[in-house]
Amino acid sequence: MTTAAASPVLSARGLVKRFGGITATNDVSLDLMKGARHALIGPNGAGKTTLINLLTGVLEPTEGRITLEGSDITGLKPHLRVRRGMVRTFQINQLFDPLTPLETLAMTVSQQQGLGGRWWQPLGANQGVAERCDQLLEQFHLTSVKDQATRELAYGKRRLLEIAIALACEPRVLLLDEPVAGVPAGEREELLRTVADLPADVSVLLIEHDMDLVFSFATRMTVLVNGAVLTEGTPEQISTDEQVRAVYLGHGEERSHA
Amino acid sequence: MTDASSPARRSLLASRRWRIWEPLFWVLAFAMPALLPSHALIVNEIAIVALFAVSLDLVLGYTGIVSLGHAAFFGMSAYTAALFAKHIMPDPLAGLAVGLVVATLLGAIASVTIQRGSDLTRLMVTLGIALILMELANKLDWLTGGADGLQGVVMGPLLGRFEFDLSGRTAAWYSLTVLLLMFVVSRRFVHSPMGATLKAIRDNRLRAMAIGIPVASRLSVSYTVAAGMAGAAGALLAQTTGFASLDVFEFHRSADVMLMLVIGGTGWLYGGVAGAIVFKLMQDALSAVTPQYWTFWLGLFLVILVLVGRDRLIRPWTWLRPKGRA
Repeated sequence: MTTAAASPVLSARGLVKRFGGITATNDVSLDLMKGARHALIGPNGAGKTTLINLLTGVLEPTEGRITLEGSDITGLKPHLRVRRGMVRTFQINQLFDPLTPLETLAMTVSQQQGLGGRWWQPLGANQGVAERCDQLLEQFHLTSVKDQATRELAYGKRRLLEIAIALACEPRVLLLDEPVAGVPAGEREELLRTVADLPADVSVLLIEHDMDLVFSFATRMTVLVNGAVLTEGTPEQISTDEQVRAVYLGHGEERSHA
Repeated sequence: MTDASSPARRSLLASRRWRIWEPLFWVLAFAMPALLPSHALIVNEIAIVALFAVSLDLVLGYTGIVSLGHAAFFGMSAYTAALFAKHIMPDPLAGLAVGLVVATLLGAIASVTIQRGSDLTRLMVTLGIALILMELANKLDWLTGGADGLQGVVMGPLLGRFEFDLSGRTAAWYSLTVLLLMFVVSRRFVHSPMGATLKAIRDNRLRAMAIGIPVASRLSVSYTVAAGMAGAAGALLAQTTGFASLDVFEFHRSADVMLMLVIGGTGWLYGGVAGAIVFKLMQDALSAVTPQYWTFWLGLFLVILVLVGRDRLIRPWTWLRPKGRA
């Protein structure tokens, strides 16, 4: 979709991460183009989540550089990367259990709008914050449970909240770590449609196991195997790539027990 | 401005509204020294430890930082206020302000030590700081009076008008007023966007970072604010008793205040107040009956509280119901 001339929004060069003797990420280079719908696939243990952790600053790379919109962010703290518009979701829900979905979103939106340091005004006093919360609750079907403690919500709702928090941060680069894992079939399509319908200038990197879903979503794909990039290309190229078929797609039985 | 059309806004603002019993509680508290003049001293004591407990709740209940050394700030300010009254100026409000500022500064410096490590590390580091300060107060006896304590502190009248009387009524109202003011400030603080980000850090630090919250600086803010409040409590104690001794830094002070939060509940500002009332009244009643062994009964109460659970304990009518429907 994107032309070759466009410069990448997020770019990783020669990323290496070693844990003791284990190399979890081995010389990975990756370019995420502006507005991309880019999928990162690979068998379990390929290092997909490690790569996300490196990109978002949860882990520090042993070697390599990361640039976001042209500036080097390799050593930047995680929360400052968020401020520059790079936001992630988690494979395993990371929520604030005692808070309600509304409190969670109001807190996130306040922080995003630079009001997170206000200590005298009540949360929700800001009209803009409240209206954005209403929108998000509506969009993610959380309005009916907005005042329940998050820990009491059904799994599907918790998953929706997980994604809603990320979108409340108004990302320009969004890293989705298996967003629909465990979401009931009916809500899956809708959740993905929400993601696919993001403004065209939001760049998305999707990690996913479900191949149907990946092929329906992505316009570009990177295959990660044993911590290294095996190949990269359009979905058509990937689906016909002999190497990919050999290690990943072709072996149905391997996938099922992986 | 008063548009309440947003359901989110209505719901968020409703959760922070004053409940009907809250003003009643405070009116009753302020009436106590007049209604029971002979108990003004214990009202004063309760108000002081309640303030101390509320300040610990800010770090423990709202930010999730465990501390066994909260007495560091309490004690630092107690000595500061006592020394200030003795050597510089006997005015209570000026002394309170100086004590508060010194404790806040100490909190800002100490907040560096609570950033890293596990809960166990924090317990040890906070305990260590309180012990260091206690030993300093012990060694610098030319200034602090060492083990004998700092004596001869004479306070001036409050606002230049109200003398601290022997019955302790002025003291009780003074402490209650400071408690109420700080309580109102804390209440606003925990219901603000900043307070919400602190709860987020408490509940899930990884995610808090992932939505752009500057975790380190928020932890510092919370710890520093709480240190200032603990300092106010310490200054009140020194001023209303006219005395500061090593006891203000003792481990039992930090531990007692944590017990009060266990009794009253954390993450709920009234938890500290309720815990302080129960703890102090029990201490008072039990030590009158059995001066030497009152801690036995206190310990027994705590064991029962934790085993039965606070919610069940204060609802005796639920005791006989089958367990499943508690």
